[in-house]
Amino acid sequence: MSGWSQLQFELWDSDDPIPRQELLKKVKGCDGLLCVLTEKIDAEVLNAAGPNLKVLSTMSVGFDHLSLGELKKRGIRVGYTPEVLTDAVAELTIALLLATSRRLIEATHEAKTGGWGTWRTLWLCGYELADSTVGIFGLGRIGVAIAERLKPFKVKKFIYTDVAPRPELAAAIQAEYVSMDELARQSDFLAVCCALTPETQGICNKNLFSKMKNTSIFINTSRGGVVNQEDLYEALSTGQIAGAGLDVTVPEPLPTNHPLFTLKNCVILPHIASASYTTRNAMSALAANNLLAGLRGEPMPKELQL
Amino acid sequence: MHFAQPVLRVFVTRRIPQEGLELLQRAAVCTVSLWDSDEPVPRAELLKGVEGAHGLLCLLSDRIDAEVLDAAGPNLKVISTMSVGFDHLAIDEIKKRSIRVGYTPDVLTDATAELTVALLLATARRLPEGIQEVKSGGWSSWKPLWLCGYGLSGSTVGVIGLGRIGLAVARRLKPFGVKRLLYSGRQPKPQAQEVDGEYVPLDSLLCESDFVVVSCALSPETQGLCDKAFFTKMKTTAVFINTSRGAVVNQEDLYEALTAGQIAAAGLDVTTPEPLPTDHPLLALKNCVVLPHIGSATYSTRGIMAKLTANNLLAGLTGEAMPSELKL
Repeated sequence: MSGWSQLQFELWDSDDPIPRQELLKKVKGCDGLLCVLTEKIDAEVLNAAGPNLKVLSTMSVGFDHLSLGELKKRGIRVGYTPEVLTDAVAELTIALLLATSRRLIEATHEAKTGGWGTWRTLWLCGYELADSTVGIFGLGRIGVAIAERLKPFKVKKFIYTDVAPRPELAAAIQAEYVSMDELARQSDFLAVCCALTPETQGICNKNLFSKMKNTSIFINTSRGGVVNQEDLYEALSTGQIAGAGLDVTVPEPLPTNHPLFTLKNCVILPHIASASYTTRNAMSALAANNLLAGLRGEPMPKELQL
Repeated sequence: MHFAQPVLRVFVTRRIPQEGLELLQRAAVCTVSLWDSDEPVPRAELLKGVEGAHGLLCLLSDRIDAEVLDAAGPNLKVISTMSVGFDHLAIDEIKKRSIRVGYTPDVLTDATAELTVALLLATARRLPEGIQEVKSGGWSSWKPLWLCGYGLSGSTVGVIGLGRIGLAVARRLKPFGVKRLLYSGRQPKPQAQEVDGEYVPLDSLLCESDFVVVSCALSPETQGLCDKAFFTKMKTTAVFINTSRGAVVNQEDLYEALTAGQIAAAGLDVTTPEPLPTDHPLLALKNCVVLPHIGSATYSTRGIMAKLTANNLLAGLTGEAMPSELKL
């Protein structure tokens, strides 16, 4: 952001989130605000900022932490970071899927704690992608990228559900549009890739899990709020589904005494889907460029349509 | 008048998946003596059990050497191993005695390639570290640079040994945005074209690769291949993956390389010995992921391996063509 002689910027110079009170103080009179997904940008923050605020740039592709209605009302433009993180997120989703289906965490634990004897024929067996049906809940950029990466694992069929068919995206991966019920019934691997909205809040619940195969693997790298965690716990502990991998939870961080941690067949990661050095740098640069464009009144590289 | 058929005797060194045992029993070609356990047969029991056997069905944990072959005696005409690796078989001794050998290539390629990619991703994206942080309270909030790893997008991958499994791994890595796929070995392979593989000297592979995947068989030539000189040539940001055999790696040199920051991280599905003792220094490293040899561990693959092993054995007993015979 150097080379802008009139730009004064203030940085909350920490790896940890800015406390709410500090945020409300610091935004006063700002023309631009660059945030990450841990900040809830609602009417309170926007009021505290005042009428100068013309651009909000978030270093994320998700925008469930932004009150879009309030932003639109005030004529504030919003920048976000789609696409630059698609590769890293798709990659991590598959890392998580494989770690879950092939029981990597159980396995590393056995190796460290003396559970590893000699080679045995059925020990730590998992479920293979070859010949399977993969279901995608919410077919966007990330869903397509996931399917593209899974193809050479000899997946037999890709299916997806969404609010409406997405023919262009689906054609790229030869995926069949099905109902949510069919997605549950047919999937050996079910990956949740939708945005968090009032419609998708808690949509992965006992209604979904009860229809899934007892050999199936459930993966969520979208937003924690899409999953009903009590229902997931039930499904996992009663063997309704074989395993689950989550990169997102409610809340984040998930308290260490949460029941999901007691399950061997549940793998939980601390929201690291976009955590590759190159990707985080690209996101940072894009967020900065979105902000600068907004301040100059120019087109943003990636503007969120409100 | 009926002449009684001599009874063919078979010794099976482990409780293999039902699909395989059933095939042997239903064929009614032999009597089966089974070490009915999930644990390996002790050496003394093995030497006793093979006496007079016409066929031996074994696993990679059973060392089949001159001592075992002598104990078995002249009846032994077929050894069928439930593995694709055969470094546990004394091939020269077996060849000398004209014993045929069955093994299980191809059927486990998918499961093993899948596990290799799983291990590479878990290592490169720091999954075990992430999970540890989550369980121990190290997860406080989303942070821009916390637990960042190395992505495959735009990277160079080097496969040492582009055989069935190496090629299957390369196919699976390609759509992650790998820019260059290098491989090394005794000679170039025409099938490498499918993955745009470039045949290069080992040294070039080591200098240029962001991910090094070892996929070769264990032989006198590859024993201890991955040593200090090997790791020194690698990038400091590189990730090293071995799912072939433990003895291809010099573990002390690997430990040095990981602690001195000569390479970024390593993932191993095979070690020396197996199991690796729980106090082994590699198990204490955050940037080393060790799996307990689960490359082919899926329900479907192990079932198929068991059936193939049984069918190889039966074919050897009746003097027919084996589905998968090892050329000695």
